[in-house]
Amino acid sequence: MSDKKVNKPRRIIIREEYCMGCRLCEVWCIVAHSKSKDIIKAYKGQEPRPVSGIYFEERGAVSFTLQCRHCEDAPCLEACLTGAMYRDKKTGMVLHNKDKCVGCWMCIMACPYGVIKPDFKKKKVASKCDLCIELEFPACVEHCPNEAIILVDKEGERIDKE
Amino acid sequence: MAKPKRLREFDVVRDDEKCIRCEVCCRMCANDVHSYDAETDKVSADSAKCVGCHFCEDVCPTEALVIKRNKSQIKQNANWKSDALGNIIKQAETGGVVLIGMGNDRPIRDYFGRIVLNASQVTNPSIDPLREPMELKTFIGSKPDRIELVEKKSKVRNTTEIPPQLELETPVLFTAMSFGSISLNACKSLAKAACDFGTYWNTGEGGLHKDLYPYAHRCIVQVASGRFGVDREYLKKGAAIEIKIGQGAKPGIGGHLPGEKVSGEISSTRMIPEGTDALSPAPHHDIYSIEDLRQLIFALKEATDYKKPVGVKIAAVHNVAPIASGIVRAGADFVVIDGIRGGTGAAPQIIRDNVGIPIELAVAAVDQRLREEGIRHKASLIAAGGIKSSGDVVKAVALGADAVYIGTAALVALGCHLCQRCYTGKCNWGIATQDPYLTKRLNPEIGAKRAYNLLRGWSLEIKEMLGGMGINAIESLRGNKEQLRGIGLHEKELELLGIKHAGEAW
Repeated sequence: MSDKKVNKPRRIIIREEYCMGCRLCEVWCIVAHSKSKDIIKAYKGQEPRPVSGIYFEERGAVSFTLQCRHCEDAPCLEACLTGAMYRDKKTGMVLHNKDKCVGCWMCIMACPYGVIKPDFKKKKVASKCDLCIELEFPACVEHCPNEAIILVDKEGERIDKE
Repeated sequence: MAKPKRLREFDVVRDDEKCIRCEVCCRMCANDVHSYDAETDKVSADSAKCVGCHFCEDVCPTEALVIKRNKSQIKQNANWKSDALGNIIKQAETGGVVLIGMGNDRPIRDYFGRIVLNASQVTNPSIDPLREPMELKTFIGSKPDRIELVEKKSKVRNTTEIPPQLELETPVLFTAMSFGSISLNACKSLAKAACDFGTYWNTGEGGLHKDLYPYAHRCIVQVASGRFGVDREYLKKGAAIEIKIGQGAKPGIGGHLPGEKVSGEISSTRMIPEGTDALSPAPHHDIYSIEDLRQLIFALKEATDYKKPVGVKIAAVHNVAPIASGIVRAGADFVVIDGIRGGTGAAPQIIRDNVGIPIELAVAAVDQRLREEGIRHKASLIAAGGIKSSGDVVKAVALGADAVYIGTAALVALGCHLCQRCYTGKCNWGIATQDPYLTKRLNPEIGAKRAYNLLRGWSLEIKEMLGGMGINAIESLRGNKEQLRGIGLHEKELELLGIKHAGEAW
């Protein structure tokens, strides 16, 4: 994956006080990880619809999303038998290589945030936030209508899409 | 059970080819218009419940939704239009007063639209505001009668005592909208924008919430008939005090914030028990004359050590000019006139639509009267009610106002689409609601930016218009009615506005 456009550490911050519970982050996460990157094709076309890497939690007026935190001390890395779960050296992100994954789901067991989704059909890890490393900007941040999901750099400075 | 009758106002049109069944509309509509049926995999809409706020249209990721005015129309009738019919049907159903939000939506004659501005050609130079200084700074407050100079050993000293003033970077302020009528996030948005730009915002009769203390130095605190949230600290925290006598949308009518909206936060800010109705009486029960008003004005000045301007807000009614004259004589530092198009969070529709006079006529009449009486300098004049653009600001100032208040325009900047259902408390835009599920939809960071942008845009446009007229300071435009011409207005209207008809030279 040498064509990655992102080469600096960055982090998604969730501001639950502004999360309005529209779940558009999930919609655009699916689109961003689809083959066509087209919302209508991703949802209504023939291509397989990916699973979003976002967990959405809601009770009453409180709602927020939860993505992989890309922990510094990531238990999923320790738990992975095959090295499918690995850390990207440049960005410090925890990423998942589906080709190496054997579907033991130990990462799912170990994740303290419960943000890795299993694929019951293929018996593999289905989805996990990759901070849209293939794109320039995380789709959920770009499309959050209320800026409840924001992107910050290592120093905590906010990064906006150019 | 008798079937309720109602006129459907809107049609929810969904393009099924574009609808991806993401159910955003279903989750977001506070009026429960949209619903998803898993059995048929269809999203459907109950159009009868739609209020036309367009929030779903805004959040739909594929633009599959369009809200249209309902095409099913009653037999054409010049007298019995669907709004009249709709209200009768509603009243036959409920037996109550028809409530409404926002400003008058009837085609009350728009004088701003019938007034045009002047520009310089050949005989006087126009000014390019991008190259030359252009002053929009405005001071609100009483101005001294004369300048006092003392000469001592060939040095001249200015000893004039200037009464307290509000310093505005642009002649536009945010009008009174209480925490209660709008959400705290909406208040924060406007307060922050006012502070950032250098103008003022107004608490309305909602008190000053603790979260708004950082913005209190640019806040006009209101004292209205219910006296909600008023104590010594409140008066001291604000930059100025405004006594509210009336409101353009409901002259002669009090206010009523229903108990279900009086949450813990609102109860502590307004200083009333939680869950009780916040009732503002129609009159101030201690003000039945100009003399009584004078007592309150000076009580407030006394309480704030004569350090803050104290103003009075009234609705524009038939007798507005003599009333304003009385207010100035009672010691007010500024007078706010709110015209018939002024907005509200809730008012009886019959009052909103029928009571009061347009702001253009009221401002011209008040300015003229105060000038004739030689007391125009004793108070600043703020025009409110139906200011829709920077053009309206310029025209209002030329008609005699010092500055204008904007309310509806500011809320539109925050997202409002004027569905006029503020009184339901189900504002999908998170503005006119206290429901925590809805209020968080308005991120005050975004709101403040948008309100600031509005002020910035208008200020740039005002500078352009002034430059065109060859004027380099907004002060030189105030009451400068030669810069205005009327189009299609008859003689009496021109006389009242104090302007000439288009085509007449100086």
